[in-house]
Amino acid sequence: MKFVDEFRDADTAHALAAKIAALCEPGRQYKLMEVCGGHTHTIYKHGLEDYLPESVTLVHGPGCPVCVIPMGRVDDAMALASEPDVIMTSFGDMMRVPGSNGSFFDAKAAGTDIRMVYSPLDSLKIARNNPDKRVVFMAIGFETTAPSTAMTIMRAAQENLQNFSVFCNHVTIIPAIKAILDSPDLRLDGFIGPGHVSTVIGCRPYEFVARDYGKPVVTAGFEPLDILQSIYMLLLQLSEGRSEVENQYSRVVPWDGNPTALKVIGETMQLRPYFEWRGLGFISHSALSVREKYAQFDAELLFHVPGVRVADPKACQCGEVLKGVLKPWECKVFGTACTPETPIGTCMVSPEGACAAYYNYGRMNRHRVKEAVTIQVGRP
Amino acid sequence: MCLGIPGEVIELLPDQPDLARVDVSGVRRVINIGLLTDDPPVPGEWVLIHVGFALSKIDEAEAAAALQFLEGIGQAYADELEALAESRIE
Repeated sequence: MKFVDEFRDADTAHALAAKIAALCEPGRQYKLMEVCGGHTHTIYKHGLEDYLPESVTLVHGPGCPVCVIPMGRVDDAMALASEPDVIMTSFGDMMRVPGSNGSFFDAKAAGTDIRMVYSPLDSLKIARNNPDKRVVFMAIGFETTAPSTAMTIMRAAQENLQNFSVFCNHVTIIPAIKAILDSPDLRLDGFIGPGHVSTVIGCRPYEFVARDYGKPVVTAGFEPLDILQSIYMLLLQLSEGRSEVENQYSRVVPWDGNPTALKVIGETMQLRPYFEWRGLGFISHSALSVREKYAQFDAELLFHVPGVRVADPKACQCGEVLKGVLKPWECKVFGTACTPETPIGTCMVSPEGACAAYYNYGRMNRHRVKEAVTIQVGRP
Repeated sequence: MCLGIPGEVIELLPDQPDLARVDVSGVRRVINIGLLTDDPPVPGEWVLIHVGFALSKIDEAEAAAALQFLEGIGQAYADELEALAESRIE
């Protein structure tokens, strides 16, 4: 693993931590949001908060695709799945997300034909192999998975498949960031930009954050040193009074993203006027639906979708966690009624969810863990 | 799902220019490379794969780092690999 060492060297991490501490102005508090759930995972797995001065707080953002799916939408998918002759197909991540009457797993156990697929193209194959059934693909995710759904719709059109459709729940990250910036609950100083979403959209879409809100954005990789380096870059901008978009993850993220991926999304999907996000409420132009040109593949037109808005369980505080207002361990049911095995809220379902990341690594708060943590940076 | 998994391109499928066979942690499956038309990968190169589609090319060092990260996630990556093993893209 000679390659990995360069991203995990403990001396480099300590040197970066010292540089970060040196940039912090006495008496000033810094709140930085990591938008992506993958980053949240790295931060807790490696105890990166223990490397940071007390004045630097990391706030976990909404960048976990299953965490932001509202309960009503899960119920809608269940309604589609129970229509005659329907085979519902879904990514594994979606299977345990609770709706108001249980999850896909529960429905499958009760006899509904719900199948886990790795790729939307596998869903297409199920449709080809079952011409007497109606196959619906539950499409979820940010711009990392939307191009795959788009390519699959185009392929279905080429083949003129009559029994395949998409229940489109794709969301876009930029309006969510804007909603957080406009939220009165939270004052942030900068953003650690998502890694893999940016391979598709590039860095330009974040420019409004720097220009209109005066907050720096640094797109970051997933290794512990990537995150520390990005925090350093953010604090350097703040100390110099700059707000710019910088790309720490240029070894993977092109500044302009993946133009082909953006083109196929634009070809097959359009922005919805609004869409509900769990915890964040309705956000304008924040999700995608299938374009009219491909209407024959739009499950929302082919089936009756109840579209009933369902409030989250009272005990669940995923909303506050997704907005970064509450730390996962501050939620009333965290680790007691709500665990990865029996999740009440979506943040506990996915490994990219902030609650699951906290739970799995047992990090309750930085004071408690300081002496107990063995930093994994530097370990092979 | 949202996090890409690294795969090494083993061969391009001659009759289907959009498809390639890749090796992901020892699991060999067919994926779609139609989103990399500007700079198509060749055998021996590494790609980041999201739900059966290569979204970007990466170098070998990045692939090793990405793999280590995913292995650290544990069960979720095991589930993803299991799903990939079940996948039959054509």
